[in-house]
Amino acid sequence: MTLGSIRHHTVIRRPAATVWELAGDPTRLHEWFPGITACQVDGNSRVITLGSGLPMPEEILVKDDVHRRFQYRITAPVFKYHRGTIDVLDTGDECCLVVYSTDCDPRAMALMIGSGTAGALDELRRQMETS
Amino acid sequence: MGRKILFITSDQQRYDTLGCNGGTVARTPVLDALAADGYRYERAHPQSVVCMPSRSTMITGQYPSTHGVWMNGVALPVDAPSVAAELHDNGYRTALVGKPHFEPFLDPFARFAENRFAANGMTGLHRGFEHFESATHGALGPLHYARWLAANHPEAVGMFFQVLDMSLEVSAAGGGETGAPQVHDNAVPREWYHTDWVADRTISWLDSLAADDDWFCWMSFPDPHHPWDPPASELGRIDWRDVPLPAGYIEDRERREAVLDTKPRHWRAWYDGRLVSNYEAPASWVPATLTADQVREVNARNAVECELIDEAIGRVLATIDARGWADDVDVIFTTDHGELQGDFGLLFKGPYHVDGLMRIPLIWRPAPSSGSTPASVSRPVGLVDLAPTFCTIAGVAVPDWMEGAALPVDDADADRRGFERVLTEWDSELFGVDVHLRTITRDGWMCSTYQPGFSHDGSEGELYDLVDDPLQQVNRWDDPSMASLRSNLLADLWDHQPQMHSPLRRVEAPV
Repeated sequence: MTLGSIRHHTVIRRPAATVWELAGDPTRLHEWFPGITACQVDGNSRVITLGSGLPMPEEILVKDDVHRRFQYRITAPVFKYHRGTIDVLDTGDECCLVVYSTDCDPRAMALMIGSGTAGALDELRRQMETS
Repeated sequence: MGRKILFITSDQQRYDTLGCNGGTVARTPVLDALAADGYRYERAHPQSVVCMPSRSTMITGQYPSTHGVWMNGVALPVDAPSVAAELHDNGYRTALVGKPHFEPFLDPFARFAENRFAANGMTGLHRGFEHFESATHGALGPLHYARWLAANHPEAVGMFFQVLDMSLEVSAAGGGETGAPQVHDNAVPREWYHTDWVADRTISWLDSLAADDDWFCWMSFPDPHHPWDPPASELGRIDWRDVPLPAGYIEDRERREAVLDTKPRHWRAWYDGRLVSNYEAPASWVPATLTADQVREVNARNAVECELIDEAIGRVLATIDARGWADDVDVIFTTDHGELQGDFGLLFKGPYHVDGLMRIPLIWRPAPSSGSTPASVSRPVGLVDLAPTFCTIAGVAVPDWMEGAALPVDDADADRRGFERVLTEWDSELFGVDVHLRTITRDGWMCSTYQPGFSHDGSEGELYDLVDDPLQQVNRWDDPSMASLRSNLLADLWDHQPQMHSPLRRVEAPV
């Protein structure tokens, strides 16, 4: 199997709509994803800059403000396949569940990106719950 | 003024690669002389047979379950306990030069300090090391050696073996004259190779110290870990055609496979190419294709790398002599784990707790001024005992968080202080394949038990008589006459096995 599939999640004690304002905004990923230093969005194209200085081009596939789902793919040639998916799910009680999934070929990349997304969820929760 | 400590590690080096341990391929006169003047340990085991957990044990003096680096790719927290910090706090000048690997190398987000150090032009303070210059096996990546090579000898960067393939898996590409995996002819001049760079940078740091400084220097060579790509200028030292096949390589295929079939099923599954349970072995390489000549060529190149390390150590010791420190320096040499290197028809490493990976070289040459008596120590010891040893040498109280004890100086000392057993752990999870293994070695027996995982239901194990079966070819786990012994060993194992760190630390990268 060549596809690596990694999923991380966190529960945030803030309403889904509030969390979605930040997590669902493709221009603000660098504000809560440690190791990403900048984002530039032009239509459906986004270029993120990694902490190592490497630019990474992406295509935005889904931005669904009703179901609170954001989906994108990295288009750099090293990736044969990539899907990044952020879901913000309302769990009631002014809380939400945020799920960040990474599916990737080469699969080793899924581990590296996936651990970054886990760190991002930690940071998102910290920012939301301390604001 | 106290005793100074030169701590030397190699990476993935077998016990039998040193002349003092019976090796016949590599010439290692410097290490042999240190062994003759000090303590040579005949049954030293790592607490993990992969780099990051094992190196984390060296620096913390803790088992993997305690420090929490349970597999490669899990980062040791920057504020984890560190023997270097302990010594630094007690007035020692401290340095690490060479391979650290307490944090993942594959780090596109530059989230880990070790990978940011060279990029930011920094050399310390990190984990108690006031001087920190890093290197790994190749010429790519963010570490100091790669940046030095790219800045000063850019033409050499492409000469090294490319450790990862286009899929970012450990490369199975072959080379040399036999096509053996990870064998490569490297045109880099010897003086630019990482072994000599590590020695050069160590010498430079030592030269920066005042004569009366107390110091602890961890000189950490990336070799002889694969790839086997030493400078081509040095290959003439050993003709692979003259290299004997290792005792653990069973030439007869039918017998080899019969031996593998007596072990838990992941052994044979890997050999046949049906299962690669860990990232450290090339995913697309099938061990059953390994030929006797490939084993010879791998062993020849490995031996060349061991010789280069031995000579580099000799240069550093000459510097220590020239500084007038020779009588006051303790030298400890070891490695993080072994290498299968042909045993059972296998290469590389993985969840296979046998001597090829578990029995490692360990030499402690005390400072001559200490008046110690040379000895060979046959009782089991572990890398978990290194950090307390460094503290003892330095006259620093051994902190409570260290789980080992200062190394024994002979068997009587070992018996007096309870060196009866050594434990080794394996845990891994990679794309749905998990393996969990615990091993105890005591009283001449090695006993491994597998916990439930992808290939195992929790009933499997391995039991070897290290005296009558030194190559671990007869698994006595299911031998009814061994039931009582097996049960006693397992009871002792679980009595001494630390609980796994909770919560489980996150896997950040494949390596």
